[in-house]
Amino acid sequence: MIVLRRLGAGLVVLWVAATAAYLALLAAPGSTVDSIIGDGADTPLIRSQIIQEWNLDRPAVVQYLDYLWRFGHGDLGRSYLLQRPVRDVIGDQIFPTVKLALAAAGLGIVLAVLLALTTRRPWSRRVSSTAELVLVSTPPFLIGLVLLSVFSFQFGLFPVSGDRGLAALVLPAITLALPVAGVLTQVLRDGIDRALEEPFVVTARARGLRERAVLARHALRHALLPAVSLLGWLCGTLLGGVVIIETVFGRPGLGQVTLQAVGSEDMPVVLAVVVFSAAAYVLLNTAADLALLVVDPRLRASTS
Amino acid sequence: MSTPLISIRDLHVEFPHRRTVVTAVRGIDLDIHPGECVAIVGESGSGKSVTARTLVGLAGPGAVVRSERFDVNGRDARQFGEEQWRRLRGGFAGLVLQDALVSLDPLRTVGAEIGEVLRVHGHRGDRKERVRELLRTVHVPEPERRAGQYSHQLSGGLRQRALIASAIAGGPPLLIADEPTTALDVTVQAQILDLLAERRAAGETLLLISHDLAVVARLADRVLVMRDGLIVEAGETGTLLSAPDHPYTKKLLKAVPSAATRGRQLSGTGSTASIEPSAEAVIEASGLTKRYGKHTVVQDVDLTVRRGEIVGLVGESGSGKTTVAQLLFGLVAPTAGSVRFEGADWTGVPERRRRALRRRMQFISQDPLSSFDPRWTVRRIVAEALPRGAVVEPLLERVGLGADLLDRHPRRLSGGQRQRVAIARALAPRPSLIICDEPVSALDVSVQAQVLDLLADIRATDGTALLFISHDLGVVHHLADRVLVMHDGAVVESGPIDDVFHRPQHDYTRALLGAVPTLEAL
Repeated sequence: MIVLRRLGAGLVVLWVAATAAYLALLAAPGSTVDSIIGDGADTPLIRSQIIQEWNLDRPAVVQYLDYLWRFGHGDLGRSYLLQRPVRDVIGDQIFPTVKLALAAAGLGIVLAVLLALTTRRPWSRRVSSTAELVLVSTPPFLIGLVLLSVFSFQFGLFPVSGDRGLAALVLPAITLALPVAGVLTQVLRDGIDRALEEPFVVTARARGLRERAVLARHALRHALLPAVSLLGWLCGTLLGGVVIIETVFGRPGLGQVTLQAVGSEDMPVVLAVVVFSAAAYVLLNTAADLALLVVDPRLRASTS
Repeated sequence: MSTPLISIRDLHVEFPHRRTVVTAVRGIDLDIHPGECVAIVGESGSGKSVTARTLVGLAGPGAVVRSERFDVNGRDARQFGEEQWRRLRGGFAGLVLQDALVSLDPLRTVGAEIGEVLRVHGHRGDRKERVRELLRTVHVPEPERRAGQYSHQLSGGLRQRALIASAIAGGPPLLIADEPTTALDVTVQAQILDLLAERRAAGETLLLISHDLAVVARLADRVLVMRDGLIVEAGETGTLLSAPDHPYTKKLLKAVPSAATRGRQLSGTGSTASIEPSAEAVIEASGLTKRYGKHTVVQDVDLTVRRGEIVGLVGESGSGKTTVAQLLFGLVAPTAGSVRFEGADWTGVPERRRRALRRRMQFISQDPLSSFDPRWTVRRIVAEALPRGAVVEPLLERVGLGADLLDRHPRRLSGGQRQRVAIARALAPRPSLIICDEPVSALDVSVQAQVLDLLADIRATDGTALLFISHDLGVVHHLADRVLVMHDGAVVESGPIDDVFHRPQHDYTRALLGAVPTLEAL
């Protein structure tokens, strides 16, 4: 039941995202024909051919419905710029982006859990929270540039750009992961602090548990609850982040495709990217809600 | 005599806080011998809980513990490091805290919580089987199923049993129970006290911490009365309760409300003035029923409060007492039945027509703090309920508060002071009826005594009728003229207080009365 409801709500979100993007691009200055011609030859004949081929002479509502219909059937259309199916364009570029996002998310989460658990003493805590604040408030591209100049230009440990091998993934992933770790560590630490105030922690200690076990077995789980709710935010940060990071590190990926498509008003590609982002967002938020059910048995009781 | 399990001389526990030092315990001696049951009794802030936790090295972060002697099981605990303390916890002493809903980890199953003790203390053999055995020991039915459940899925009594099971899992020679029954209904409390009595009869050593003399009276061999970090009196339970030496012990015992205290002041020596209630009804409810979906919360309740009368409404949690209060107050509409207030229709009329009469009916809750705007001063809180321009001071004086509190914020008041402010606010519009929902349940017994005296006095001098909702039968017997007993949403018995409490007709009333721990039984 709950899954069905979530699925329905997710479809609505996708439709709203697709429509909103469609309207925004419709309202953008410049004609579609200009975008398709791009830098190519521009004659009245070619223009009329293009209008014919892309059905641009039909009313906007019909075009919109047609677009939705084809979208619903998995046909993402053809890129104006590349003259290739959008599905192929995205398919080619999605893997490097997903790889980067997953690596960054994983690294960020592991780092955050480790930091939140280990920096309990007053001084280490102070050092860590200062560092977190700095990381959270620094723009990711700056972190990327600093890392590049130190580890690639200075020491030559990692490649400067491209996506060849694991080594090329290290710096971009760290760049994306650091701000994520910053926010998550603060949320986790705050959650652990609050959990340690609870009476059940006294009971746990009174059983003879080591402090480490109190933290890992009891407090951390309670701290995870607010952190899991942040998964949706995490998704947004990563998607927004990759556009910049892929540019800074000259990596292939959705970020590059998006930049290019927006710049040249390549409508089918932009629409596909928007809907893909919305889908990822819906998916992660649903996953977060399900994860909450796993972590907190009290929620299970109220939904069943 | 055998070696005491605990032998402490001149124990001090201090909490340095910024530049000041809060002293929780200031020089107490404590001996606990194997097989005995010792109780520490005191009001909030007396240092009893800190004392209990210091025994297992959990006085709290930053606590400074000093003593002349601190022997645990014959060894000098003053030299203990964290690791030695850790081994004592659960292994030498088990700790049971108040309210298992928050004292057991809500994200873990009961079985995991109990099993944790076994794991820490290196239990050999089948851990799951041992958990089931422990649950059986504390009389939890269906141990198999219960072990896989979470604490929020268990009733208050089962939860507390599971907590006790986790405390005794390591087979500790000493069991420390800190307010083990405070959050429980009276019949459940009786069951938990039976369980503790059973452990004691089996030869186990028990340290009981409580604010309630009647609760420890049944169990303890010796009672220590604590106040402000000191033990003011210690002695054998019978002697201490029947012939107390110290004025504070005397005051505590006198402050406990019961049938025997009717008509006299709990906090002073005088008698409370009384008036004869008139025959005219202030509020009259008939056939009140409230359903939420298929759930019937209140079933066919008839209730009348006459002018100047105090009517008690007793029952355990979930019996529908508070819903009745909400129905009478007009906060929720009844599914069936009607209420008349001051001779006019109260239910089924638009709020606009009720508003003029609202001032005549006031409400006092258990937790006044949450009914105050935290940013307002006492002056503003009370003045809001008074006609514009009226002065606040006489009203505060009426409830026994000095003018020096006028500009304080509620957070900086004690529990008793807050409840007095709530009473002052309720009195301000000169109501004919005050509905009090557990007004003294969160208060210490000596503060409770003062508030009860105040309520009795208000009735006698102003002729204000009270509907007094409480789970505490002693309090109701002390104060009320008539009583209604609620169970599962219905009134099972009602009548003049002495008739109902001395000659109960319904089985449930009898069970309820039988479960109340009393001091008179001794």
